[in-house]
Amino acid sequence: MKKVLDIMQKRAKQLLGEGIVNRVIGWKTGEFGYDQTPAVFTSAAELSSLVYDSFSAPNLSKYLIEETKKEGKALVFLKPCDTYSFNQLIKEHRIDREKVFVIGVECSGKVDINSLKSRGAVGVIGVEDNGEKVIAHTLYGDMEFAKDDVLLEKCRSCKGKQHMVFDELIIVNPVKEEKNDRFIGVDALDAMTPDERFEFWRGQLLKCIRCNACRNVCPACSCIKCVFDNQNSGVASKASPDTFEEQMYHVIRAFHVAGRCTDCGECTRVCPQDIPLHLLNRKLIKDMNAFYGEYQAGTDTDSRAPLTNYTKEDVEPNVISDKGGDK
Amino acid sequence: MQVENKEFKPTIVAFCCNWCSYAGADLAGTGRMQYPANVKIIRVPCSCRVNPTFILRAFQRGADGVIMCGCHPGDCHYTSGNYYARRRMTMLFDFLDYLGIEKGRTRVEWVSAAEGARFASVMNEFVKNVTELGPNKRITDLRCKMEKEGE
Amino acid sequence: MFKIKKNSLNKLYAAIAEAQTLYIPCNVNGKPNFAVWGEGADVDLASLKTVKSAKEVFFPQCEDIVSFKTKGKEITVIDCRKESEDFVVFGVRACDAKSFEILDKVFLSDPVDTFYKTKREHGTVITLACSRPEESCFCSAFGIDCAEPSGDVATYFSGEYLYWSPKTEKGLNLTNSLKNLLEIANDKDNLALENEQKNIREITKKLPLYGLDLSKWGADDLLEKFNSEKWQELSSACLGCGACTFVCPTCQCYDVRDFDKGNGVQRYRCWDSCMYNDFTMMAHGTPRPTQMQRFRQRFMHKLVYFPSNNGGEFSCVGCGRCVEKCPINMNIVKVIKAFGGEGK
Repeated sequence: MKKVLDIMQKRAKQLLGEGIVNRVIGWKTGEFGYDQTPAVFTSAAELSSLVYDSFSAPNLSKYLIEETKKEGKALVFLKPCDTYSFNQLIKEHRIDREKVFVIGVECSGKVDINSLKSRGAVGVIGVEDNGEKVIAHTLYGDMEFAKDDVLLEKCRSCKGKQHMVFDELIIVNPVKEEKNDRFIGVDALDAMTPDERFEFWRGQLLKCIRCNACRNVCPACSCIKCVFDNQNSGVASKASPDTFEEQMYHVIRAFHVAGRCTDCGECTRVCPQDIPLHLLNRKLIKDMNAFYGEYQAGTDTDSRAPLTNYTKEDVEPNVISDKGGDK
Repeated sequence: MQVENKEFKPTIVAFCCNWCSYAGADLAGTGRMQYPANVKIIRVPCSCRVNPTFILRAFQRGADGVIMCGCHPGDCHYTSGNYYARRRMTMLFDFLDYLGIEKGRTRVEWVSAAEGARFASVMNEFVKNVTELGPNKRITDLRCKMEKEGE
Repeated sequence: MFKIKKNSLNKLYAAIAEAQTLYIPCNVNGKPNFAVWGEGADVDLASLKTVKSAKEVFFPQCEDIVSFKTKGKEITVIDCRKESEDFVVFGVRACDAKSFEILDKVFLSDPVDTFYKTKREHGTVITLACSRPEESCFCSAFGIDCAEPSGDVATYFSGEYLYWSPKTEKGLNLTNSLKNLLEIANDKDNLALENEQKNIREITKKLPLYGLDLSKWGADDLLEKFNSEKWQELSSACLGCGACTFVCPTCQCYDVRDFDKGNGVQRYRCWDSCMYNDFTMMAHGTPRPTQMQRFRQRFMHKLVYFPSNNGGEFSCVGCGRCVEKCPINMNIVKVIKAFGGEGK
């Protein structure tokens, strides 16, 4: 990983020096070794605080909406999953492709600090990742974890190691593709009875504090004025005064990004209450795949998404209300 | 429970497209065909106008069942509106089922302007099904509910 | 000083809950949060911090203020104010306990917020000393000793026991009502506890944020800070969500909203975040149209405006929740440091 970072820094300095780009968008080091912040670097000197390791999880694509409105070309580092979001934003005409220089960087999965903490790593002041094992240095001693156990949800169900779009690639150690079934969680819920599902979601959604982190981090949520912020929409609310409010918020949000959600997993990563929001989006993805054929948002910039398309032979909505089971 | 259900009269919201289903409802009315009075019809220009928020809002404000009616596929006044609506509602209804909301509370039926009798029978059947399900408790706003009961 | 065996704590909770509502950190669907104790509650005093702070007990995220009912041309106004019932909040950490003092300065100064006041009067705060401070903690920067929390009763875990030390009259009354469950601590216990506290204070000194220097902050140099170019860079990654605000124990801004019930209106107040683009939205628009301005407002308020109105007291207690919960890891510590408040 260190080697990748060296190349990234070198190449970024080159591109800055040659005047091909006038700023670099990457990740900056934090206080404890795991708390990286997306940042804009404008000089070679600043680039010394550029970082790329197992905690460079934030998806930088959404920042490009604002960045490409500015003067000049920006260099951005994108992980494979981030390139899907990037493509989707190009498709929606939110990013000016001409103003971005994309360097794809290899990714072997990002570590979830909350997963370390929930496994007992209290007071983490540094983390080492040797590819197989993750060692957390804490105030109360070191702890070791198998990396596979402490990956972010979005990495445990990785879509693949291929970059969908790039101008250049930095890959030192090609990462092996691993098969995984990202619909396991959805299947498990589908197998439950409606009562069980209701209990599950009621319990999860009740935790929601309406901080809007899921919405604001979401690359698909790029509306200038969100319906939930629009006083005139009749559904605007800053809190959940009734259990209905969080149902409304999460159903409508999931629906608004249906067919556009690339399953980048940022919503689940940022939720302060650990609500498994990806299970909402993935249900819609699973349904669209089943009803209208396989579709992955963000693989290209010109295809039509399932909900902006139709065929005359589509299934009838009553397949849902008529399907078996109680209620 | 049985007794309660007999007394329970569900509130049903029906979104009907202007060109087919609303005319169908009209025909049912002029033909003096019986369908329950607790079906509240909301006329929309096309079934494609029905935003998922509308469905949820109806439930929030006390609907026990929501049905959407449009022109038969292929007969849309705007050529393709109902095709889009069809996909949208399929996704939404399955999503509500996924959240544990009873799937019998939502339905889509295609009713043409000539099908007054069909409109009445569709509504009768839907009201019967929702009545069996009982009051909507899972996707409703208690603040609205209390007002309703307090009347 | 009193003590009670750790394995008898459930009896203590039950005894408190018998007389009044007991709020205590519980594991609710996988996350620690303050919840009403009931038989079978999954009490979680091991987690250092609840996601939402204890302020929620006195200043709930949503609170009905007044309702209006319309019937024809008649409007009935229904006052939602009511006297709070007695309640106990258990397991409040030193930082959260301090945050109540800060909230008091806001809500109990003229004009007094009656919703808040009645809850403050009827609530008994039982604090809990921290056993294992975490990397995100920096309460010491605000003069808080996490080994010796304030509150009506302070409690401490040490060995097999929870030690119980009433500090106010309210605390004494509660203690008296629980007399048959509490043993009196002896000198040996006191010594053990003192050692424990010493250890905790030692750990505090090893925290990465120990010694965070706030001397550059306060009421002075307001304009210089306001006009600093650093805000642009600091705020560049901010997503404008309200995670930091809603987990913060000292944030006290709220919005007043009307909910149309169909034949009436429910007026309620709910937490608001200065990070939101519709915060303080007025007829002419918002006074802070860019995220940089909103970001600056949050930290200037906590570190400059509030101290200048409140005798130098900061509106931050160093609980570190925002440090942990920010989706992009930008936080008050990084802001303090950017303006020259280096740590050790």
